[in-house]
Amino acid sequence: MPTLTIRDALNQAIREELARDEKVFIMGEEVAEYDGAYKVTRGLLKEFGPKRVIDTPITELGFAGLGVGAAMAGLRPVVEFMTFNFSILATDQIVNSAAKMLYMSGGQFNIPIVFRGPGGSAFQVSSQHSQHLESWYAYFPGLKVVMPSTAADAKGLLKSSIRDDDPVIFIEQERMYGNKGEVPDDPDFTIPLGVADVKREGTDVTIVARSLMVPVALKAADKLQEQGVSCEVIDPRTIRPLDVGTIIESVKKTNRVVLAEESHPICSVNAEISHQIMELAFDYLDAPVKRVSGADVPMPYAKNLEDLAIPDVEAIVAAVREVAYLD
Amino acid sequence: MSKQSAPPSAGVIDAPPDIDNKELDRERDEAKERQKERLNKLQPDQLIELFRQMLLIRRFEEKAAEVYVAGKIGGFCHLYIGQEAVAVGAISVLRKDDYVLGSYREHGQALAKGMSARAIMAELYGKATGCSKGKGGSMHMFDKEIGFLGGHAIVGGQIPLATGTAFASKYQGTDQVTICFFGEAAVNQGAFHESLNMAQLWKLPCIYICENNQYGMGTSLKRAMSLQDIAQKGCAYEIAAEFVDGMDVLAVREAVERAVARGRKDHLPTLLEIRTYRFRGHSMSDPGKYRTQEEIDEYQQRDPIMLFAASLLEEKIVEQQVLDKIDAEVREIVEDSIRFAEESPLPAAEELYTDVYANPIDPAQNRTR
Repeated sequence: MPTLTIRDALNQAIREELARDEKVFIMGEEVAEYDGAYKVTRGLLKEFGPKRVIDTPITELGFAGLGVGAAMAGLRPVVEFMTFNFSILATDQIVNSAAKMLYMSGGQFNIPIVFRGPGGSAFQVSSQHSQHLESWYAYFPGLKVVMPSTAADAKGLLKSSIRDDDPVIFIEQERMYGNKGEVPDDPDFTIPLGVADVKREGTDVTIVARSLMVPVALKAADKLQEQGVSCEVIDPRTIRPLDVGTIIESVKKTNRVVLAEESHPICSVNAEISHQIMELAFDYLDAPVKRVSGADVPMPYAKNLEDLAIPDVEAIVAAVREVAYLD
Repeated sequence: MSKQSAPPSAGVIDAPPDIDNKELDRERDEAKERQKERLNKLQPDQLIELFRQMLLIRRFEEKAAEVYVAGKIGGFCHLYIGQEAVAVGAISVLRKDDYVLGSYREHGQALAKGMSARAIMAELYGKATGCSKGKGGSMHMFDKEIGFLGGHAIVGGQIPLATGTAFASKYQGTDQVTICFFGEAAVNQGAFHESLNMAQLWKLPCIYICENNQYGMGTSLKRAMSLQDIAQKGCAYEIAAEFVDGMDVLAVREAVERAVARGRKDHLPTLLEIRTYRFRGHSMSDPGKYRTQEEIDEYQQRDPIMLFAASLLEEKIVEQQVLDKIDAEVREIVEDSIRFAEESPLPAAEELYTDVYANPIDPAQNRTR
């Protein structure tokens, strides 16, 4: 199996879907002639031409809405936000048009569209460029929200998202574009939405982590193993719909949970997961659910402060030790 | 950019303060000549159909207001009374496979595109037989079969969507066009400017119809827009634009004909500012204290249906009896829609959770472990 970066795995997914289905096109800022601000769309203009790979003006509300309209008329747009921070300008079209169109048209107009791009923190890009919007989008019925953490997941899930008949918010992680992993090159390889993945099996504590927190949690699990604690690491991969069952099964086995996320804690995805665990596995818990979250502040610029704002291996190790009553 | 001057009969809109009466008479005669030419371009049955559709919308909306007051319709209800010539004139140029998108004031546009009065009234009643199965209501009417793509209730929200349907037509190599209706207040939204820029940049066959009824809810255009000549804004995007008298159904039709030709042949967009007036409030809950009775009376002198009927009679295209018969027919269509809506079932409780996703995913069933 070839080893690819997440960047190239995403590129492969888009390339294969463009080749597979004439209705698929990709548009966004710098996706064509510049080859993508983060090079996810490298080479696509050359291969598919300007009809299918479209540079837009900086006009996020406009091109997001244009994509939704094109989907109403039978196309399958992939809309890239250079970063998800800029999707905030397009939220009206994502929330009021894409998410609700099928419902308010009484089932007549589904919107097969993917909004994708990097989210989360990057490298010292400060407050307006380091945000986690997954809990916003996951809040709305009608949207699906996907966050991959490995190269294979990135490819398989993006292909499923493009083939899906509903609007999908597909949030990548800028810091992870260079991460490598084995990726199947079968053009029919997909990973279904709504299925969590057990990234590491364990028996003592369950760690639920997504996106950037998955490799961090895996490193923490390695360290904890040395300390005699066996951790199970679960990556939900899809935030909506959420595979609660896989999490609950694990909790019933380990009886202890740490929820790790890069995002702010208030109203976060893990606040919801914590509730689900309380409702569905309360009697199995041997300790309160522990969250490890990003600092509840706008992201600072200074390197030392930025490091403090993002959960690290030590924070997860400490949380696991806390729920295991080891200290 | 070609700019049509409004017919002189539109004088009440912007009457110059020191108008010369002889000049006015001459212009009035010219306008009559022009109107005669317009009437001669169409067959009598086409003209009668335009009248019939406008009157159907008028009677439908009058009835909607009546049953709204009686508590049969909930939520918001934005009536189209006074603006009928815009939807009817514009949509009369379209084919069935062309797309129409509108704002929340879209009942009339839906009727003009060919949606049945039954499906619209039942939707207003929140019944299962409504065009959106009772899930959309007054502001979200849809009919895929005839290319009516909604009813959108965030001011200006439909403008990027319509740009997208026009994009799809060009992408798929068809000669379909899209008409996007919006009020003049939407022109202040970013969505308008972002869309017009992309439409001209990428040559998309979208006809942007600004129905300038001069009030965004209770705020007059004069209090809300620095440059009130909306057609002139087309030049910011090098988009062809015209000003049109929206009380004259044939003037609307002709302007839209030019725009449709531009769209079908060259995939070019057009901006039309169609000046009109709503005779009722913004919505049913609007007491309308921001407009004077004199102003409303003045515009009612130019009621588009009354003006068109007068032209048809004056040119002896129809007799009053025919118009009366049409009135009786459309009243019956409206009455029938009421009976249909009254008798239709409410949506089943299970409908609450359908149509959220086209491809609903149950994680429990997808799991492989």
